[in-house]
Amino acid sequence: MAKGMFVDTSICIGCKVCQVACKEWKNLEGEPDHFQEVDGRLKAVNFTGNSYDNTGHLSATNWRHVRFIEKITPDRSNVAWYMMSDSCKHCAEAGCLEVCPTHALARTDLGNVIVQQDVCNGCRACISACPYGVISYNRQTGRVNKCTLCDDRIHNGLETACAKACPTDSIVFGEVDELRVKARQRVETLKTQGFNQAQIYGDTDILGGLNVFYLLLDDPEVYGQPRAPQLPQKNLISDTLVSIGTAIVLGLSALIAFRERGSRSNQNLAEEKVEP
Amino acid sequence: MIMGSNMAECHPVAFRWPMKAKEKGAKLMHVDPRFTRTSAMCDIHAPIRAGTDIVFLGGLINYVINSERWNSDPFFKEYVGNFTNAATLVSPDYQDAEDLDGLFSGFDTQNRRYDTKTWTYQRGDPPVTHPAGEEQRYDAAVAALLPGIPKTDPTLEDSRTVFQVLKRHYARYTPEMVENVCGCPRDKFIQVAETLLENSGRERTSAIAYAVGWTQHTVGVQFIRTAGMLQALLGNIGRPGGGILALRGHATIQGSTDISTLYHSWNGYLNAADARKQHDTLRDYILTETPPTSYWFNFPKFAISLLKAWFGDAATPENDFGYNYLPKISADHSHLPMFVMMHEGGIKGFLAIGQNPAVGGQNAEFQRTAMGNLEWMVVRDFFETETAAFWKRPGVDPTTIQTEVFFLPAAHVSEGTGTFTNTQRLLQQHDKAVDPPEDARTDLWFTYHLGRKLKELYQDSDNPRDWPIQNLYWEYMDPEENEEWQVKDEPSQDLIMREINGYIWADKKLISGFADLKDDGSTACGCWIYSGVYPEEGKNRAASRKADDWVSPEWGFAWPANRHIMYSRASADAAGMPWSERKKYTYWDANKDSGQKDANGNPIIGAWVNAGSDGIDFPVTKKPDAEPKEGGTGLDAIGGNSPAIMKPDGKFWLFAPSGAVDGPLPTHYEPYESPVTNPVYKQQRNPVAKTWAVKGNPYHEMEDAEQFPIVVSTYRLTEHYLSGTMSRWLPWLAELMPELFIEMSPELGDEKGINNGDWVTVVTKRGEVEGRALITRRMRPFVIEGKTVHEIGIPWHWGYQGLASGDVTNDISALVADPNVSIHEGKVFSCNIRPGRRSAPATELQQRLIASQADIPDVDINSLQCNDSLGEVCNG
Repeated sequence: MAKGMFVDTSICIGCKVCQVACKEWKNLEGEPDHFQEVDGRLKAVNFTGNSYDNTGHLSATNWRHVRFIEKITPDRSNVAWYMMSDSCKHCAEAGCLEVCPTHALARTDLGNVIVQQDVCNGCRACISACPYGVISYNRQTGRVNKCTLCDDRIHNGLETACAKACPTDSIVFGEVDELRVKARQRVETLKTQGFNQAQIYGDTDILGGLNVFYLLLDDPEVYGQPRAPQLPQKNLISDTLVSIGTAIVLGLSALIAFRERGSRSNQNLAEEKVEP
Repeated sequence: MIMGSNMAECHPVAFRWPMKAKEKGAKLMHVDPRFTRTSAMCDIHAPIRAGTDIVFLGGLINYVINSERWNSDPFFKEYVGNFTNAATLVSPDYQDAEDLDGLFSGFDTQNRRYDTKTWTYQRGDPPVTHPAGEEQRYDAAVAALLPGIPKTDPTLEDSRTVFQVLKRHYARYTPEMVENVCGCPRDKFIQVAETLLENSGRERTSAIAYAVGWTQHTVGVQFIRTAGMLQALLGNIGRPGGGILALRGHATIQGSTDISTLYHSWNGYLNAADARKQHDTLRDYILTETPPTSYWFNFPKFAISLLKAWFGDAATPENDFGYNYLPKISADHSHLPMFVMMHEGGIKGFLAIGQNPAVGGQNAEFQRTAMGNLEWMVVRDFFETETAAFWKRPGVDPTTIQTEVFFLPAAHVSEGTGTFTNTQRLLQQHDKAVDPPEDARTDLWFTYHLGRKLKELYQDSDNPRDWPIQNLYWEYMDPEENEEWQVKDEPSQDLIMREINGYIWADKKLISGFADLKDDGSTACGCWIYSGVYPEEGKNRAASRKADDWVSPEWGFAWPANRHIMYSRASADAAGMPWSERKKYTYWDANKDSGQKDANGNPIIGAWVNAGSDGIDFPVTKKPDAEPKEGGTGLDAIGGNSPAIMKPDGKFWLFAPSGAVDGPLPTHYEPYESPVTNPVYKQQRNPVAKTWAVKGNPYHEMEDAEQFPIVVSTYRLTEHYLSGTMSRWLPWLAELMPELFIEMSPELGDEKGINNGDWVTVVTKRGEVEGRALITRRMRPFVIEGKTVHEIGIPWHWGYQGLASGDVTNDISALVADPNVSIHEGKVFSCNIRPGRRSAPATELQQRLIASQADIPDVDINSLQCNDSLGEVCNG
């Protein structure tokens, strides 16, 4: 029975405790790029000017990232500020899993996808295979890493650190099927309250279903999420067929080309033999 | 309605509850100059220019009392007519701000203070009482001071009724004025008003939450008063889902005003002994401070039990329980005047315990400079804060500073047992989880051992001034409690809580509540409002954690007496019936055995009951229609329809005949520094605002409006905590908000040629602050009186220490304060901005400023000690 999280962005206050609780539990350090030596002292220098988001993107040391999207008309008649706590989606059909050559990336009995640090060789194939840009390379360890759905906690009857810390219960941990029911009800309630664009992102229609799925108040693109993410194997059949087809064509062409050449040289030999 | 607060960002854990309410269909509204993370969660955001809250709230009052709903639904007149002082007649000598173009009657222009004697009720003759002789007990002596009963007109039609006075006062606060002065579109304002009206009444209640966005103004107290009046007019006080939540500014700061760390207040909100008042002897003190009516009539019991707690056996009736040995305050000794005194060299030593004035103080470089005049300073904190490091801050040569700084490491909250008292008056205990590292110790440890060492040092002194330290009752050690820990000399929080709860002195038997306190020295109680936290041996309400989906009366201890909703008599109508089944809370049950017996030993039948198990904030057997007793004192003077048991007349005050030094009715003054000429009255600013005309603290006057045309507000973010002492040192938090930024609208950015991310410098007469521009439409320009007024916002978390370092925002604010409580006006002042970096370090700018103010005379320290901008002089 797959466990996962339902992230209801309609009650997310953008406090980022999910980011910090995650770092605390996993003992992740501050992102090295964010700090620089200035006048002999270490200083945080990662101001981005992008709303209240100075984290920027998920990385090997940022496994949760709260996005802030300001959607405000110039006359302020429509004002919205969306907040979304992004993380690994633990996709039911995971691109990263597909391409990993060493099986470092593995799915546990609870459905979450983890990177086994002692197996990973740092080849980074998974990074481009993930449609969400979740996985990153850690230069210190030489391996990739990402959210594990608090693998140790959930296998000991506890909820994920981010769900535990979230003050408004915007992040809820539980059985994915039950969470989906709750989420669909919530969408209906929001629609009656006038939130016409309320929608679930990550129901079974995306990559087989995202075990960490979202309630958004607007279209996925607004939140920087791909509307129709694909697995790396999406072109596998067509590519393979094309490859096979190409091989056949090339093979046939080669056969034809060399056959003519072969008959020409026989002809030359025959012509040379005629002279006394 | 959330106003004067950014609840989601500054009280994220508490904000859980508005979110739960929203899930159940509650409407959330946010009234604020900025569109913040709170606004994003609310159904309505009404933008207002910083500092114009009284216009908005006064506008709501005007709208409500003139609305069809309020005038046709009998609920409102019944609630207001019975439970507020709407019907009381005001003195004919009272003149309103409408009559005097912004002033109230009694203004003394020369001394800049009000004589408040015209702000009174009309009263009947005082009852005939016998003058109290010296030998009479306090009750009899205070009874002799009974004033006449206030005169009323229950029809509310007499032109001198509080209701009519109020109506006239706010008559010009129309939606048009709100649009014109606050810059809030009138249909948005009306939407807020209609929502409040729709959600008030028998079946529905509305709550208001506020925080330092209201308190940190020169009219802060009046902002809050207006909200109180609005809620009283809407019938929301004392009712479930109603009321006003003061979201306190720091963890357990409610506790630090209850068990007072304030100079002017003793535990439980008793006024400190004051050299400026009739407080010479204990008897003087009690007769001055004890009102003859309301529950405060029991003041002597609270005060004397407190003295007994302080001095134990050494406090006797013969020595007036040690009262005469206590120092009396003689002026405003709060933070700002203290730093002015320090700046002038008048203070030798200073303890900064979990406080960082180098960043948090207004006109911060002024305060940092002041610290350089100290002989010694003790700082207790987790990290070397800007205060601890003031002597080596950028621009300062340490060899020029003579202050000896002791930096003592502080233990963290989880490294000691203690309690938090937060919003809702809720006292919650937290238990020690782990020993602090190395030499770090709790504030409790520090205070106890400091007291112990001082007692040792003074033990052989025969100077009467040292009597209080020598005789402090200081027995708080329980070695058994420390057995399992490394730290063996931690004082016992339990012993201290027992004293705070109160006990019979002779055998230390716990009392169950403040009703058991006596004024004869037989009881000791550290804080009367906390009485009942240990109601009996073995029971600790502060540690109790039973939650329910209602009011959770068994979660923690809500003072007073674990009453989670105060004034709840108002949740029933005049006859004592619940206003509705839906909002049933406290009501009268005529058949209930109250559990009390009358003089003949017969059970008293008829009692107030609660729909759940919350405490009843009213005398349990007082009938709903009980008349005040003729010549009665204490609660006998309060009728059955008077829920405000701490007020002399038992009513919620729409008009405040006492208690506020700047007016009985809130009225709009512009912030002390504003580019806008007050559109409402000729009186520009709060006429009695506290100011300090000292070098290094220049203000922006009206003629400076062109030079400083931009409104600026300072505020907090979720990611950092106050002056950043706990957050800017942690990489996880530092990287969330690494650098100081300045929020401004794209319109202002275009006007000044500033792009997102550019360096900008904000300028006032006090100094300059540089940060990165954050251009956002969440900030908007306001149109005030037809002109565009820009507003910018600056978080104030940064300082020169820590991983996340930056300029100190408070370098540009000024020392100016509310006259009632001396809270600084940090939420709004004026400034200008320019692209580019700061021109010089803060120290250099301050030095240049002071050099340019040679015409301002130096301050006489002795006059400061006895100086009070309210013009009162001290005795002797």
